[in-house]
Amino acid sequence: MKSSILAVFLALLLVLPLVGIKPYHLSIVTEILIFSILAMSLNLLVGYTGLTSLGHGAFFGVGAYAAALTVNHISHEIGVILVVSIIVTGVFGAVIGWLALKLAGFYFLMVTFAFTQIIFCAADRWRWLTGGSDGLVVSQAQFFGKLIFTSPAMIYYISLGVFLITWLTFRQIVYSPFGQALVGIRENPHRMCTIGYHVRRYKMAAFVLSALFAGLAGILYVQFNHFISPVHVHWTLSGSLLIMVILGGAGTLNGPVLGTAMYLYFQNLISSFTEYWMFVIGVLFIALITGARKGLLGLGSTAWERLAKGRSSP
Amino acid sequence: MRALAEFIIIQTLNGFVYGVFLFTMALGLSLIFGLMGLVNLAHGSFFLLGAYLGLSIWRLTGSFWVAFFMAPVASGLIGIILEKIWFTRFYQRSHTDHVLLTLGLSFVFADIAKFFWGVKIEALPKPSILDGSINIIGTQFPVYRIFVIFLGIALFLLTWLFIGRTKIGALIRAAVLDRDMVIGLGYNVRAVFTVMFGIGVFLAALGGILAAPITSIYIGLDLEILIIALIVVTVGGLGNIHSVFWASLLIGLSETFGKTLFPELAMFLNFIIMAFVLIIRSYGQPDVEEQLQ
Repeated sequence: MKSSILAVFLALLLVLPLVGIKPYHLSIVTEILIFSILAMSLNLLVGYTGLTSLGHGAFFGVGAYAAALTVNHISHEIGVILVVSIIVTGVFGAVIGWLALKLAGFYFLMVTFAFTQIIFCAADRWRWLTGGSDGLVVSQAQFFGKLIFTSPAMIYYISLGVFLITWLTFRQIVYSPFGQALVGIRENPHRMCTIGYHVRRYKMAAFVLSALFAGLAGILYVQFNHFISPVHVHWTLSGSLLIMVILGGAGTLNGPVLGTAMYLYFQNLISSFTEYWMFVIGVLFIALITGARKGLLGLGSTAWERLAKGRSSP
Repeated sequence: MRALAEFIIIQTLNGFVYGVFLFTMALGLSLIFGLMGLVNLAHGSFFLLGAYLGLSIWRLTGSFWVAFFMAPVASGLIGIILEKIWFTRFYQRSHTDHVLLTLGLSFVFADIAKFFWGVKIEALPKPSILDGSINIIGTQFPVYRIFVIFLGIALFLLTWLFIGRTKIGALIRAAVLDRDMVIGLGYNVRAVFTVMFGIGVFLAALGGILAAPITSIYIGLDLEILIIALIVVTVGGLGNIHSVFWASLLIGLSETFGKTLFPELAMFLNFIIMAFVLIIRSYGQPDVEEQLQ
């Protein structure tokens, strides 16, 4: 049942550019795919490891700026861009993770939160490097000398490819012993420690891994948008990401994707007829936390169970 | 030589002024977290609320002092109402829920402020008594800022006396240490929470209206001050007035000196201080115990 829904969904995504969809709508779907990668990577921390990070946008920003600077100054080759940007994001992830994971709860939140602000300040103030608030116009990346991000459809398919790879990777991770250990740490770190798991090392691995995928989303985003500015790495991104994950359902594989789609769809819809869309989004958060605590997937499965129960009982 | 001395004196005083603003924010944040376990990312909104309400009251009455006394009280009442009807339902929830909830509130507040007060940068003039400057060892320094510093010291002493020497203060301290025991002794901890929340909002709003003549008022100020206040709380620890006060001064100084000496690195300086404190604090602690709070 579930796998057939996924198959239909995948088929729809594959043929989407061929059925005469408007470029504007295609770009929204592309954006949803890119941000889904980001939300899935945050979900590994928030949903599976139980670490609420309020600074995940930082790694998106690091990846994006690293990719933008590489393509503008070093090489147009996509392989080089990927290697450089991922190494840079990995180093940032390791340093911040090492520091932030020394503490938990409130302090973990604060360190990640402060760090995302640092990245924003660097992007905003270091004009010589990042162009300051004017941002950077990003050249197109090439694949062995050929431009690849040429049309909206190409960008869409590349994003879809990276999205699918990410989705498969995370599916592997969360069902692996490693992923199960993370869930164990979320549920009871004391017990995991007693059994002999090196809790800190597992958290560190999860943190760096999620930073890497956030960086990947950043790399993709600069090629999609051809422009990056401090606005894109403002800490509200980190907040919104958390909403996307929780909205869909943290700790589920597809929840963050659904959450991202809903969030970006609503954002586009609401901002098209009012400038007060933050108000609407804010009310949405509040309603969400007050009402549907397990996210939309949780609501859906509860409704499904009720329906199933209603059907089976005479 | 003289120019250097002047620079150091002026910037130190400016650092203290900024430290006072941070103190008004950080104290509420720290006590609310220490007592109720609530991560309040909407605290910056209360700072801004104080400033905006002060602006409106000043426009209505034309008096800085009326605004100065009314705005924090009004904000504190709004805080108490919010706590009573709303926050109180979420104390038992996870930090993630707190973050989303208060983040949502700060989004909503930013747009409400945009609706009522617009996006223009607003200025609140200083009261005429405190307009002007005085001579400090050959250097001119605005009187208003001296007033802010003294008020900050007074606030510190008052809250310290309140928490350290009154019965409600003793209850608050006890509830920070062991909430269940205080409930078990028959005290109404719920009421203590409400009072504390009101005080926290009052202080933040007071900081807002104090800062308004210096920083001016704009949407975005709430987040700016919130982030630095969070660094203060991280450096100073939770629920301790003394350490919050000294941490406020430290970060205030690092912020002003950083901004004038190396403007590109100011934010990093605060971050480095925070990182340093975190490393020292966690040094030599058992692995998991430290991570669980």
